[in-house]
Amino acid sequence: MVFLNALPGAVAEGLIWGLMAIGVYISYKILDIADLTVDGSICTGMCVCAMLITNGVPAWISVIAAFLAGALAGIVTGLLHTLFGIPSILAGILTQLMLYSVNLAILGGKSLVTLYGGNHSLLLSMSDNIMAIVVAGLLIVATIICLWLFFYTEVGLTLKSTGDNPDMSRAQGINVDFNKVLGLAISNGIVAFAGALLAQYKGSANINDGRGAIVIGLAAIFIGLSVSMKIKPNFVVSLIGVIGGGIVYYIIYNFVILLGLKTDYLKMLSAIIVAIFLAVPYLKGKYFTKKKSILPITSEKEKEGAENA
Amino acid sequence: MLKITNLQKTFNPGTVNAKTALCGLDLYLEDGDFVTVIGGNGAGKSTMLNAIAGVWKPDYGTIEIDGVDVTAMPEHKRAKFLGRVFQDPMKGSSPDMEIDENLSIAARRGTKRKLVWGIKKNERAEYRKLLEPLGLGLENRLSAKVGLLSGGQRQALTLLMATLRRPKLLLLDEHTAALDPKTAAKVLEITDKIVTENKLTTLMITHNMHDAIAYGNRLIMMHEGKVVVDVSGEDKKKLTIAELLGLFEKASGSEFANDKVMLSK
Repeated sequence: MVFLNALPGAVAEGLIWGLMAIGVYISYKILDIADLTVDGSICTGMCVCAMLITNGVPAWISVIAAFLAGALAGIVTGLLHTLFGIPSILAGILTQLMLYSVNLAILGGKSLVTLYGGNHSLLLSMSDNIMAIVVAGLLIVATIICLWLFFYTEVGLTLKSTGDNPDMSRAQGINVDFNKVLGLAISNGIVAFAGALLAQYKGSANINDGRGAIVIGLAAIFIGLSVSMKIKPNFVVSLIGVIGGGIVYYIIYNFVILLGLKTDYLKMLSAIIVAIFLAVPYLKGKYFTKKKSILPITSEKEKEGAENA
Repeated sequence: MLKITNLQKTFNPGTVNAKTALCGLDLYLEDGDFVTVIGGNGAGKSTMLNAIAGVWKPDYGTIEIDGVDVTAMPEHKRAKFLGRVFQDPMKGSSPDMEIDENLSIAARRGTKRKLVWGIKKNERAEYRKLLEPLGLGLENRLSAKVGLLSGGQRQALTLLMATLRRPKLLLLDEHTAALDPKTAAKVLEITDKIVTENKLTTLMITHNMHDAIAYGNRLIMMHEGKVVVDVSGEDKKKLTIAELLGLFEKASGSEFANDKVMLSK
């Protein structure tokens, strides 16, 4: 019963984190970059949104501003990586660290800004979980439609090929560096967008929020894709799967709390979930694959094999 | 069409691993030349192709394609002049994308990509028509992921992608070396068809002396970063492998040494 009562809240928060995971999906799955900027940019989204709302700016404008702030953070990471040749994972860590200072500055030096008591009109809030689910759900549908359209444009297709095969992309006249910056901007924009929703949902922005966001995002992606890849491995189904992964993650999260796990250990739990999902395919490949024939395959057989596949 | 002047490149300069790969290379290609390139281990064949493609900048010298000095042009900008097929069949196409998506990307090589639909409706029919003569059955699998194709199929697809938008210069870097003999012969046959039908200016590196003599209108042999043998026209048609080796030994003062060539004889 207690669990059922907690369910709408879990779904609402899961949706918001699922949206964040879509941002991570773009960098991790499409660009093939493990971008650690997100730990900072989700907090930037929260801070920008909370500060604007407390200063009387309409909530929807605050959300757009948060998206742009996140995109800017992504551009910084992208330029550190492409222009200055810093490995992408390190570039993300550097930006993340910069963002800690930036976020403090946005919050005016305070570590916490709340949206309570000011009678602000918010897009969604913890106090009405059903409404929050509807609003977050609609925004997610809109985001997925935009991304679906974008990734089938000429530019969008080159973004996919950039992550999939940079050599081929360059040979086909694609500016791989520009595409990486663009992809990281979109990715972090969406992450900060989700952060803006999260700040409104929780009614506050805390300088320590967002720590470990990348891990939650990856957990949502792995949980989601483990199901969606079995249904239909296409782009939209994958994104829907990622949202589902976010929801499942938060239901597990709430369930574990109800079982009596101290909240102090939750980050450990998230990290273990992700570690398992990363380890399983590797171990499977190492110990459970059938040995392939080492004899050369003739083209006829090869053709058949490919057609059967 | 292509003019390379005094091209020089040393890898890892100033270290014990320093390797001079191109040593004042000069090469001039007429419009429509189909040139086969052969040479020993480390002769600079692939280095030359990579220099033309702009994978890195040469230390010295200039490269002109169709009258445009491209020496300082970044790789993705140069791509508008070039069609490229790599030795590794995995390198030339995007495995997680569909066949038609790969072709549509190639169809827009050298154009400014816009926020418009990535594949237009009539394009698919066009691609089917282009894939059919390859005889690989790809025309019925347009929406299959390229990663599911065999090495030979991928190489044939890459060849089509490289020439879909007519390149000023086609660069083939031992593109059949990683395939089994039967598939290699098939891909080479497709190559010859595409190149001669479209009269493409082509540089084809090969490790097979028979192929080097049988295909194209001109043959060059490289040694220590330079062209040492250059045969064309009637002389090339009459060439035999023994003569070719003799020419090489006379020009370079050393015996021809290439593991792959020796194994494939």
